[in-house]
Amino acid sequence: MGLGSDMYRQQILDHYKSPRNYGEMEEPTFSHVGENPSCGDTIQVDVRLEDDEETIEYVSFTGDGCAISQASASMLSERLQGMTLSELHELDTDDITEMLGVTISPMRVKCAVLARQVAQDGAKLHNGDIDDLELTNLED
Amino acid sequence: MSTQRTYPIDVASIREDFPILDRHVGGDVTVAGESDGDTEPLVYLDNGATSQTPRQVVDAIVDYYYGYNSNVHRGIHQLSQEASVAYEEAHDRVAEFINAAGREEIVFTKNTTESMNLVAYAWGLEELGPGDSVVTTEMEHHAALVTWQQICKKTGAELRFIRIDEEGRLDMDHAAELIDDSTKMVSAVHVSNTLGTINPVSDLCDLAHEHDAYAFIDGAQAVPTRPVDVAAIDADFYAFSGHKMLGPTGIGVLYGKESILESMSPYLYGGEMIRTVTYEESTWEDLPWKFEAGTPVIEQGIALHAAIDYLDDIGMENVQRHEELLAEYAYDELTAHGDVEIYGPPGDDRGGLVAFNLEGVHAHDLSSILNDYAVAIRAGDHCTQPLHDKLGVAASARASFYIYNTTEEIDRLVEAVDAARQLFA
Repeated sequence: MGLGSDMYRQQILDHYKSPRNYGEMEEPTFSHVGENPSCGDTIQVDVRLEDDEETIEYVSFTGDGCAISQASASMLSERLQGMTLSELHELDTDDITEMLGVTISPMRVKCAVLARQVAQDGAKLHNGDIDDLELTNLED
Repeated sequence: MSTQRTYPIDVASIREDFPILDRHVGGDVTVAGESDGDTEPLVYLDNGATSQTPRQVVDAIVDYYYGYNSNVHRGIHQLSQEASVAYEEAHDRVAEFINAAGREEIVFTKNTTESMNLVAYAWGLEELGPGDSVVTTEMEHHAALVTWQQICKKTGAELRFIRIDEEGRLDMDHAAELIDDSTKMVSAVHVSNTLGTINPVSDLCDLAHEHDAYAFIDGAQAVPTRPVDVAAIDADFYAFSGHKMLGPTGIGVLYGKESILESMSPYLYGGEMIRTVTYEESTWEDLPWKFEAGTPVIEQGIALHAAIDYLDDIGMENVQRHEELLAEYAYDELTAHGDVEIYGPPGDDRGGLVAFNLEGVHAHDLSSILNDYAVAIRAGDHCTQPLHDKLGVAASARASFYIYNTTEEIDRLVEAVDAARQLFA
């Protein structure tokens, strides 16, 4: 523990204060939103695919919420560029905490993984693997 | 920061009655109780959620289980008689504490929420219908808000909300407008668990009575922190919980005027609450037992008695003054930088809690950092989601104080908030 506030290392704070790839995309291939209602975290992820309809060309996001949720979205937006959709679907919670580089307390895991879940659900909706999901909600 | 100050109560000797206040935290949360990694001394400022328990209350529980544990009202053996007397006397003690007429007016429930539901189901479902209204406030806890919302949906009654003003006080002109002859129930919180507002509940009861409506007062944050006189307030129903006033979880109190409780049908059926039963018909036990079906909260009732004795020894006026002192100190220290917003009335006119946000820092980030500093507070919507929507925030951090808290502990809170300020600067 301690007085260093482990969850708030420099990298997290840097991405929170200066989010990368922040903003709505002009013509995304797909776009999806999600929230953690009790926290007030909201994330929209916009994705543009290359012509192969599989490789991620560019990701942007907008959102509001705690440092963990927003920094995670910012870091994920960098990480996803150049990845394939099947690689996106393989990302699990451990991958996200590894990306964040800090120990996430159990109560905050849903903040950390919100952006990933929004991206994955957006991709599934785009490919028709699921339908009728207006909003990703990790508290459902 | 604080200098040595005199409190209205003997905080140092009170703290000795609460072993948990010596705890350290910071280690593995999957290990219950203090373990190796727990190195930081705990600062417990989450009393609005639940208070800690003194030795005297735990001793009462141990004495009961080791000395006279037995079911009540159904045995003529000695232990059952001893338990029955102690359990009944607990009702008398609660009645005395809030100035009710007697045990007939004191029903033990599970918590404030159940007290609320008891009235909503046993009275509301029977008495409410289309054309009727229930008037409540924008600052209600979900216990009242959701309960009346759902009962109104079931019965077709209209639910109205008394506005709050800029300082988080009830707009009493609006209350006078909303409460009319269609109104059958006025339901209001005594002390807001989010704003710290102390509501003029006696005036609300008067308004209700002018229109032949009943008044239900939610005293969950009031009874633990100040003298409460239900007769002076003239509430028809008044509810609170044991665990916020040094007692155990699992016990709530519903006070109801005897004539009204008498007129109501039971909420739960079963053993304990009946007088005679045939295969076709049943008759009900006297008050309050009519509303306490099944084996009741014997241990909790006896423990609540001990908790009330403890508080009464300190004196509720003194408890209130201590709460006010801490609230004002916290208000002034937290707002010193101008970047902390505290919701509700000013520091010199509130109950002993502050719900706040630090500019630029989400409440959950703030509470995570406070947790790193071993400061236990609550973050979230405190079961007042619509109120937070109205305040325009998703969540807030809430520090709530009690008899064992000190200004030094508030200094620790302020230091931790300062650390968050630095981190997010």
